[in-house]
Amino acid sequence: MTAVVTATGLSKRYKSSQALDGATFQIGSGRIVGLIGPNGAGKTTALKAILGLTTFEGELNVLGLDPRKDRDKLMEQVCFIADVAVLPRWIRVKDAVDFVANTHPRFDRAKCDAFLARTKLQPQQKVKQLSKGMIVQLHLALVMSIDARLLVLDEPTLGLDILYRKQFYQSLLEDYFDEEKTILVTTHQVEEIEHILTDLMFIRDGKIVLDTDMDSLGERFAEVLVGAEFAHAARELKPLDERQVFGKSIFLFDNVSRPELERLGEVRRPSIGDLFVATMKGTYA
Amino acid sequence: MKTFYWLVKREFWEHKGGFFWAPVITGIVFLVLNGMGIALGEVFGRRWGGLQFGGGHVHFENNMSLVDLRNAGAGIDIMLYAVAAIILGVAAIVVFFYCLGALYDDRRDRSILFWKSLPLSDTSTVLSKLASAALLAPAIAIAVGVVVGLILALLLAVVATIHGISLWSLLMASHPLHVAINMVLLLPLYAIWALPTLGWLLLCSAWAKSKPFLWAIALPVGSGVIVSWFGLMGLLNLSTDWYWKNVVGRLLGSLVPGSWVGNASPLVVPDHNDPAAVLDSLGLAYHYSALASPSLWIGAAAGIAMIAGAIWFRRWRDES
Repeated sequence: MTAVVTATGLSKRYKSSQALDGATFQIGSGRIVGLIGPNGAGKTTALKAILGLTTFEGELNVLGLDPRKDRDKLMEQVCFIADVAVLPRWIRVKDAVDFVANTHPRFDRAKCDAFLARTKLQPQQKVKQLSKGMIVQLHLALVMSIDARLLVLDEPTLGLDILYRKQFYQSLLEDYFDEEKTILVTTHQVEEIEHILTDLMFIRDGKIVLDTDMDSLGERFAEVLVGAEFAHAARELKPLDERQVFGKSIFLFDNVSRPELERLGEVRRPSIGDLFVATMKGTYA
Repeated sequence: MKTFYWLVKREFWEHKGGFFWAPVITGIVFLVLNGMGIALGEVFGRRWGGLQFGGGHVHFENNMSLVDLRNAGAGIDIMLYAVAAIILGVAAIVVFFYCLGALYDDRRDRSILFWKSLPLSDTSTVLSKLASAALLAPAIAIAVGVVVGLILALLLAVVATIHGISLWSLLMASHPLHVAINMVLLLPLYAIWALPTLGWLLLCSAWAKSKPFLWAIALPVGSGVIVSWFGLMGLLNLSTDWYWKNVVGRLLGSLVPGSWVGNASPLVVPDHNDPAAVLDSLGLAYHYSALASPSLWIGAAAGIAMIAGAIWFRRWRDES
């Protein structure tokens, strides 16, 4: 696996808070990585560091370049959507396409026109006349027509209805992603990206607290539905989390052998959401 | 180069209203006002029975000497300059506010994140905005100004013809093309002279967290007040007026068209005898003699330094 992003001891301090605190991680080529964390955990700062939008301490290598020094060159290979509604409100659809076509060396205009043909967007429309969902369609059409090696998405579907959200990730998977490309995405709507991720990172207080691929996630973590009679035995095994459903307890275990758990009850793969809640317990306390 | 062209084009798209329509509408309003003035003159003229030239067309230019004709032509040229200057003045106001918003508005509405997702260097971004302010907007204003001036001259000639006076040959004695070329040739001087104001406004625009207008005005004026109050310039054997004129004035007022004339060569004494002589003495050589003044070059250097600062802020300003 060739690394697209290698971060070592990434730190960033704002006046009142430590946004990144020695975060160390690696992102391989051809992966779809979810960077998940509570509000203020340092997600956006980490993305900004990768995109060369902010200063930081530590080592960071993106596609062989230092984003602080070689940002202009880096942006030919890297693209990002930083939540919806950052397209300039005054620009027309056709002007936006024209502009990107003439300033981005890796932009494929035919591709973009094909994407736009599938939407209701009209060339003469201005962004301010579009709904939030349509703005995202335009932004996505622009970005997917760029042959970038790394695509960074920061809360790309915030404020969209479910139709647009589903369509967003579906287009990305079907029309964009391939083994040459890498996608790094942050979102709070973890359920929606759960099935498309290949890798998962949890960030808390500026540190990476979990970094795993989805296959080993299933091997490492297990959720067990335990009847009252085995609840005590289950607690002995030091579960990460316990919650009650219909008189039974659901325990979440990290690195406990499978046969042992199967004796207690029905074992299943935990959802990212439950894992997240268990990992982040006490964050806001 | 292609990227730069598209960056300037982007500025024009966004600011078409200010760069193009503001001069055009000013020109139209100007023409309408003049038209109303002429109409008013006509009405009063008829009521009082004045303005009647005894029958037939008077070809009074036949009686004009060559010198008179030349002066009449120069008079029209001066009118063309004046009209273009008025419209350039409007463009200067537009450019003032354009610069204040140029590196601020997209930070406020976060569309900077879209621009920054493209492989555009911050240097070319800022320079494209500078070029739009210093060259594109004034060039459009000059073009519009010359056209409006010509329309006004035509209007006057038509009215004169109705009254039996043929001004056409006078019109032919003017030099609109020459005026236009002269104005365009003055553009580089205008741009260099305006650098401190452009640089200052762009710097404020790139730096201010909010209200760039307030900062841009308050800092120079506030410093001027402090300097005046404590008589600080006395320490340098300079007057307070010097500070207001050369620091505050240059930071905020250098966009005023022709504001360099105070720094033009005193050796050139404008001739006041007749319009043609005035025009001749105030030619390009007169204007470009301002190149010899230190104020121009120190101001330009300060402007370039502030633009470099604006580029730096554009690159590193972190909003969160």
